[in-house]
Amino acid sequence: MGLNGLTIAVPRGALMPQTLDLLDTLGVDTAEVRANDRRLLFGEVGIVTMRPSDVPTYVEAGAADLGITGKDVLAEQVEREVYELADLGYGRCVMVFATVAGDDPAAEALRRLGVMRIATKYPRIAAAYFERTGRQAEIVEVKGSVELAPLTGLADGIVDLTATGTTLKENGLVIREEITVATARLIANPVAHKLKAAEIDDLLARIRDAA
Amino acid sequence: MIDPIPSGTRDVLPDEMRELRAITEKVRAVFEARGYGEVATPALEYETTLARGDAAAAEPAYRLFDEQGNVLVLRSDMTIPIARVVATRYATSSPPLRFCYFAHAYRSVRPQRGQAREMLQAGIELVGAPGPDGTIEAIELLCEVLDAVGLDSYRVGLGDASLYPALLDALGVPEAARGPILHELVTRDFVGLEREIGGLRLGEEDAELLLRVPQLRGGPEVLELPEGPATDVVGRLKRLHERFSPGVADRIIFDLGLSRSLGYYTGAIFEVYDGALGVPLGGGGRYDDLLARFGRELPAAGWALNVERLHIALVGEGERGERWA
Repeated sequence: MGLNGLTIAVPRGALMPQTLDLLDTLGVDTAEVRANDRRLLFGEVGIVTMRPSDVPTYVEAGAADLGITGKDVLAEQVEREVYELADLGYGRCVMVFATVAGDDPAAEALRRLGVMRIATKYPRIAAAYFERTGRQAEIVEVKGSVELAPLTGLADGIVDLTATGTTLKENGLVIREEITVATARLIANPVAHKLKAAEIDDLLARIRDAA
Repeated sequence: MIDPIPSGTRDVLPDEMRELRAITEKVRAVFEARGYGEVATPALEYETTLARGDAAAAEPAYRLFDEQGNVLVLRSDMTIPIARVVATRYATSSPPLRFCYFAHAYRSVRPQRGQAREMLQAGIELVGAPGPDGTIEAIELLCEVLDAVGLDSYRVGLGDASLYPALLDALGVPEAARGPILHELVTRDFVGLEREIGGLRLGEEDAELLLRVPQLRGGPEVLELPEGPATDVVGRLKRLHERFSPGVADRIIFDLGLSRSLGYYTGAIFEVYDGALGVPLGGGGRYDDLLARFGRELPAAGWALNVERLHIALVGEGERGERWA
């Protein structure tokens, strides 16, 4: 039981509680992880915790055999050489295109200036989306609260991930288009996927049973 | 003043060079003993030459023009240049031909990823030896080389490039749907693969087969599939397994989902793994159609090891036990 001797990268933040619940159902003792907010490495149970966007980095390099992170992260880091093994279903969020409420300033910019400025933490997803839908967009990458960008005139609109839409609404933004849905995914290092095939397949079967 | 070098390239200084040299000398001794003659080819080739070998190789990262306006590219592997050499310089020699090389290959990199633009490869091409004998010789030699350099716990993943196309053929999957399916397979996205297969309106059993087969990997027991569209290809893998020497057979992991990025493979394909490194150390396979594109119809197989990764794995194996969990 437990992780069959495998190591797993667990995302901190919104995905963490349900990830730890899942690990509990697999027989992993997550009490220490839950009790220690600052400790990062729990070698005794094979868990290492990190921000979700770092999970593919650690798994690709083989620093962890497995990892759990959002599809949004994987779509943004699409070139990472990791196996995507399962859709875990939880952590459902929607990638949206939003602008300030009222007349759509992005459409207005596109009509009069030929291009709209879009602020996002997901430059590749945003660029691909507007390219696919035939609109010229100038992508502005920001690291923090994207909602600020259209309010201050930095951008005409934003592309961001939202679970409930509350933050958007509180900042006077409305969803114009839904781009894609993201859920938590289980990923594996390609070499571990071969060398520890039986352990990974057994764990995968137990995860499917638990779901 | 510090003059930088391009990202993904590096200088090798004497301490490291001594260790790399020790590795390549051991490899060279095995090649020599097995009758593989060393060749060198130009790092620059005409773009039209590489494009004839493989469309993907025709999108190399480094292009330039010569004095006449011809497009030159830096080679992205040694297989295509050696195919050219065989067709042009050995046009009448009787096969099999055995070549080895120690050469740099060049790939494009993505920014901020620490990927190598220039990598040192040690490899072989065995031309004019059809499967299964040629495949067995190539893999046995691969293991002999890895044993000779002192790598301890490596494994060789073995699959077949023709397996999945054969499944798609047999199940009558339309041409238009194959691109997306193969894309999910090559990018190793089983969630996406399940979605694409779900959209095909196949029977439940057929859909299950398409989804399950590429996830099968392990000992020879994974080759025990029910009679069906995979039988021919899987039978070929079984016959290989029966003929490997015991030391090599123990190293093999059968992997029915294995795919390699280059498009010229036609049959058996393989990759080398070691627990000390999260990425493959190298790989190869059969490419029975490639030589014909250069004017000599000969079956062939070959492989390349990334010498720098091999070095990292050797160092990493020495430090085993220091992993965090």
